[in-house]
Amino acid sequence: MSTELEERKVSPEEHPIAPFIRMDRMPHIWCPTCGIGTVVKCYATALAKSGVDLDKVSIVSGIGCTGRVAGYMKLDGFHATHGRAIPFATGLKLGRPELLVTVFSGDGDLVGIGGNHFIHAARRNMDLLIILVNNFIYGMTGGQNAATTPLTAKSSTMPFGNFERPFNLPYLAASCGATYVARWTSLHIRRMTWSFEEAIQRKGFRFVEVIAPCPTLYARLNKLGDGLDLMRFYHDHAEIRHGADTREVDIGYQDRIVCGKFIDEEHPTYLDLMHEHYHKTLGDRYVPMPPEGGWIRE
Amino acid sequence: MAAGCRFVAGYPITPSTEVVERIARRFPMMGGIFIQMEDELASMAAVVGASWTGTKSMTVTSGPGFSLMMENIGLAAMMETPCVVVNVQRGGPSTGLPTMVGQADMMQARWGSHGDYSIIALSPCSPQEAFDLTVDAFNLAETYRVPVLMMMDECVGHMTEKVIIPPADQIEVVPRKLTAKPPEEFLPYQLNGGSAPEFARAGDGYRFHTTGLTHDERGYPVMSAECQEQCVRHLIDKIKLNADKIVRFEEEGTDGADVVVVSYGITSRVARMGIELARQRGVKVGALRLVVVWPFPEKRVRELSQDIKAFVVPEINNGQIVLEVERCAAGKAAAILVPHMGGGVHDPNAVCAAIVEAAR
Repeated sequence: MSTELEERKVSPEEHPIAPFIRMDRMPHIWCPTCGIGTVVKCYATALAKSGVDLDKVSIVSGIGCTGRVAGYMKLDGFHATHGRAIPFATGLKLGRPELLVTVFSGDGDLVGIGGNHFIHAARRNMDLLIILVNNFIYGMTGGQNAATTPLTAKSSTMPFGNFERPFNLPYLAASCGATYVARWTSLHIRRMTWSFEEAIQRKGFRFVEVIAPCPTLYARLNKLGDGLDLMRFYHDHAEIRHGADTREVDIGYQDRIVCGKFIDEEHPTYLDLMHEHYHKTLGDRYVPMPPEGGWIRE
Repeated sequence: MAAGCRFVAGYPITPSTEVVERIARRFPMMGGIFIQMEDELASMAAVVGASWTGTKSMTVTSGPGFSLMMENIGLAAMMETPCVVVNVQRGGPSTGLPTMVGQADMMQARWGSHGDYSIIALSPCSPQEAFDLTVDAFNLAETYRVPVLMMMDECVGHMTEKVIIPPADQIEVVPRKLTAKPPEEFLPYQLNGGSAPEFARAGDGYRFHTTGLTHDERGYPVMSAECQEQCVRHLIDKIKLNADKIVRFEEEGTDGADVVVVSYGITSRVARMGIELARQRGVKVGALRLVVVWPFPEKRVRELSQDIKAFVVPEINNGQIVLEVERCAAGKAAAILVPHMGGGVHDPNAVCAAIVEAAR
């Protein structure tokens, strides 16, 4: 028995996540076999499945390759300054508390130049979903060393290999008080989508790290092949260990990558604590910021 | 608060902290949120973010913090985000004189962030004006969609004087210019002849995009010299073409004067005594006090320069606004600086001596 496959032209607009994308901005700037697009697809799918009101979803990016995401997604999208996506998002959330605010940016942006904001937003348990695409390198500027570059890996500013200790990001997020911490690679499409879906429903500082290939710079400088080779590497070297102790999930050069959901806890958010505290201390005198923002109506 | 501000993000810095301390006390009882951020980079970024929800937003700082805020003041200018930044100036550079007065951030206010853009800067000379001009600052920020910088100084910041706060219904407050267009027709940066575009706030279904990159009317990045010309020209023109409406100064005794003293902030009050002393010595001297410093009252200074011998410009720095006076006077009248490096105000006798010398 044979089945004839009907050849059919598919227009870009028919792509399942097209409604989430500014199709008038396609093609995007990402290199072939770059991992960022996959993460966008998973996030869009998670948004669709979650059933949240998209009018109330804001997305904030900083600068860099992943920093372009806010400009490609058809949401209220903010492309802020380098490193400042988290404080910008903090302002959005506090200015209009009903918003669901996602920060979607890269490792250089969020934990390099923006590291201070990352730890403080986590400490405050600010109600933000942080999606961090970690490609181990500064891609947009040409492959410089990052705070996440594994030891001995080459970058354009560590031409003889990196000797600086990198961050273990799940551990950093967890130790600063993040309520949800997960890590996947861009190969783990279903699991990543499920993590995003779950994180969208949670409250507080939620952190999902996605390891993604940078074929043009990280892979080329280290002679690791192209994006597909890195996907094979993820396939062979990713270990899923839910609930793993985050102290033990650091990433070595071409070493195993521990993935999974490490932390999923409920703690009062910054706004929860603020409301509770002011209700207790000020009683009836407390006037909370309206969910739709503290603006003056005409 | 009277101007409708309901979000303030700040970081402690002398001599400005009293402002946020007061806000922290009042805001919980009036539907506002104050957050102390981890630094001034974050404070300014949060202010820009909050403003995009339509909530009027402000931050307060002094020199070193002002330097850190420059990054996101540029972002606010590029994104055309209404917001207010208060700088209670102290002595600089660097850590300088944390508790003592300075006026040396005036050029930084105008040019501090990289690239070409325009802002509005105000300079109050009394606690009453600190109140009145803050309301004006918010209104100007809304009208022109720019960061408005309140360039206070430590003296005015710590001054105790009578302030009359009018009843709320007598304070003119400009609301956010929200668009009435449906989302499918709305362009976030539609050019409309040199005025600020209509605003859509986050969460109202417009699903707009805004960026610090050079952008077209859709808010989409476009990397071209043509788009740069259009985008940056608009940022400059919306202030330049409306300068006559924005510029504000106080003038006294300039008719028939030989010398005009140009001053602002605390120095305008010290200069007043210098002017009195000079008048006692028979010099015909007038005063021009800048209320709005940026945009600069080019036209008026140019006019005055036709009829007088010299401008005398006392300022608590080594000559910043005097450069602007000199530029506008264009050699028609001298521009004489009376400098003070900061840490105190001028000796009125020094101002008087400069006036007498200039009148010769």
